Amino acid sequence: MSEIKFKPETMAKVEAIIKRYPEGRHKSALLPILHLAQEEFDNWLSPEVMDYVASILTIQPIEVYEVASFYTMYNLKPVGNYVLEFCKTGPCCLVGAEQTLEYISKKLGIKVGETTADGMFTLKTVECMAACGYGPMMQVGDFYYEHLTEQKVDRVLEYFRNSDPQKVYKTDPLTIADLKN
Amino acid sequence: MGSKVKVLLEHIDKPGIRGYDVYRANGGYRAVEKAVKTMTPDEIVNEVKTSVLRGRGGAGFPTGLKWSFIDKSNPTRYLVCNADESEPGTFKDRYLIENIPHLLVEGMIVSSYALGANTAYIYMRGEFRWLFPILQKAIDEAYANGFLGKNILGKGYDLDLYIQAGGGAYICGEETALLESLEGKRGNPRIKPPFPAIKGLYGCPTVVNNVESIAVTPWIVNNGGAEYAKLGTEKSPGTKLISACGNIVKPGVYEIELGLPVEEFLYSDEYCGGIANGKKLKACVPGGSSVPILPGELLLKTAAGTARNMSYESLSDGGFATGSMLGSGGFIVFDENACIVRNLWNFASFYHHESCGQCSPCREGTGWMEKVLHRIEHGHGTLSDIDLLVDVAKKIEGNTICPLGDAAAWPVASAIRHFRDEFELHVKHPELVRHHYMNDYTTPALQLV
Repeated sequence: MSEIKFKPETMAKVEAIIKRYPEGRHKSALLPILHLAQEEFDNWLSPEVMDYVASILTIQPIEVYEVASFYTMYNLKPVGNYVLEFCKTGPCCLVGAEQTLEYISKKLGIKVGETTADGMFTLKTVECMAACGYGPMMQVGDFYYEHLTEQKVDRVLEYFRNSDPQKVYKTDPLTIADLKN
Repeated sequence: MGSKVKVLLEHIDKPGIRGYDVYRANGGYRAVEKAVKTMTPDEIVNEVKTSVLRGRGGAGFPTGLKWSFIDKSNPTRYLVCNADESEPGTFKDRYLIENIPHLLVEGMIVSSYALGANTAYIYMRGEFRWLFPILQKAIDEAYANGFLGKNILGKGYDLDLYIQAGGGAYICGEETALLESLEGKRGNPRIKPPFPAIKGLYGCPTVVNNVESIAVTPWIVNNGGAEYAKLGTEKSPGTKLISACGNIVKPGVYEIELGLPVEEFLYSDEYCGGIANGKKLKACVPGGSSVPILPGELLLKTAAGTARNMSYESLSDGGFATGSMLGSGGFIVFDENACIVRNLWNFASFYHHESCGQCSPCREGTGWMEKVLHRIEHGHGTLSDIDLLVDVAKKIEGNTICPLGDAAAWPVASAIRHFRDEFELHVKHPELVRHHYMNDYTTPALQLV
């Protein structure tokens, strides 16, 4: 395994984040830095990565573990190239989220919590994403994919398959001509 | 209620309003100029008090009063904006930040000045990843134009404003859990007192306000608290963003003047546009998942038969027996094919998942309720299970450090109160109510109950 170390440009971001807080309160930077770490190190937080973050903030590793395990956005296990975070809360179900989730699960041949054999997709369910008026919906990377229908799911998954995850994670679906609706 | 005053969304449709130039050209940052150049911090606090603005996060506590509690003996004070929007049914803050981010930034400056805070944080739920650059750009533009940073408008007031990302935890919408999270810890709510106004972020006096509450303050500074108080009703002054969702024709975010009849909000084309697909109204959770559910007839009219309107006092008319709450403004509409039992199971599962685990009544109770509801929904329940649910809910309510326990208990008590028949039907005749989803429920003939 290669050495775990932020790229210099990420390290510059880390330093800027730490400066947002008063002297001695640098632990406040923990959540934002864990987000950066997850993004840089394969979209999950291994114990080694968490230890590295602890060393940057000069805090105990346990202080990082207890936080990383509390918040659902941090993946504590390896995940697929694309993590589909599908909302399963009430308001989305009123407009058919359960059926859409079943469709995705069947189409990918995996259950919630699993990753496809080719390592392409991980299917997760999440609680309310504040998109209740635009369901069914899921988050992939930085953006929300809303008003999902079976046809739209087909198009989205097809688009992902043929793209680079790092780019898709940063691409607003509204700018993808094929996905506008 | 004929008037259509828009406090928050007046300029929302102007092309380019997300950027500084258009926002400024439409009167943006005038409130900062007026406040910093011509008003003392106390004068602003008084205007907000006069406005009787009630906190828009859900609790409805008067914002001006909250501000007046801040301990001024400590020179280091903080303003923290709660942008953790996670209450099921609520998606209004996201809409504001996405479309008119400068309004929040301007509100943060005015409010920080009023509170004497020189550092302020906007704690935004981490999932809103695409909003971070939008809001950061607005902050950068405010710095570039002299509205943030050192010596704002040459008047000697300094303010730094930062965004903090959350990690995906509903509980961090509770203000003391939010502060814990902002300090880099698990989101475990703190015991109050001391309240944040005395001992908040880093042990310093702190005010935590919802996005919408803060976004209202520029209007109040510009127009005066008395003008704001003229809008809406006496007990619910002003306007409110309502995020409407569920089985309606036009889900979305609407700014309404408080006091608008519920019937008009639900059925007029200007707002929800009625129930989708020509179906009938069954029920509504009018203020986010935590508030009591109301059957259609009690949503439109109070038990006494008067028309209900969208205000704190009217929606709560009848108490928890026949009323509900305005809450966060998350208006969730259920049509005739929505299963109340399945929805309640879904909400119970939500609260179980989101319980921080500190207090045993909530940690264990939410799990029990989820299990019992799972049983009933899947045809394995007993009639005593229904009373067991009510009993568990009662034992959570009021017995926890933070309101998450209450938020988990209220929907259970109200759903059983109003829809007991449906729960009993699930127990007695599971074969008649067989359904696989939340939205494919059909009620068989009632004589079978």
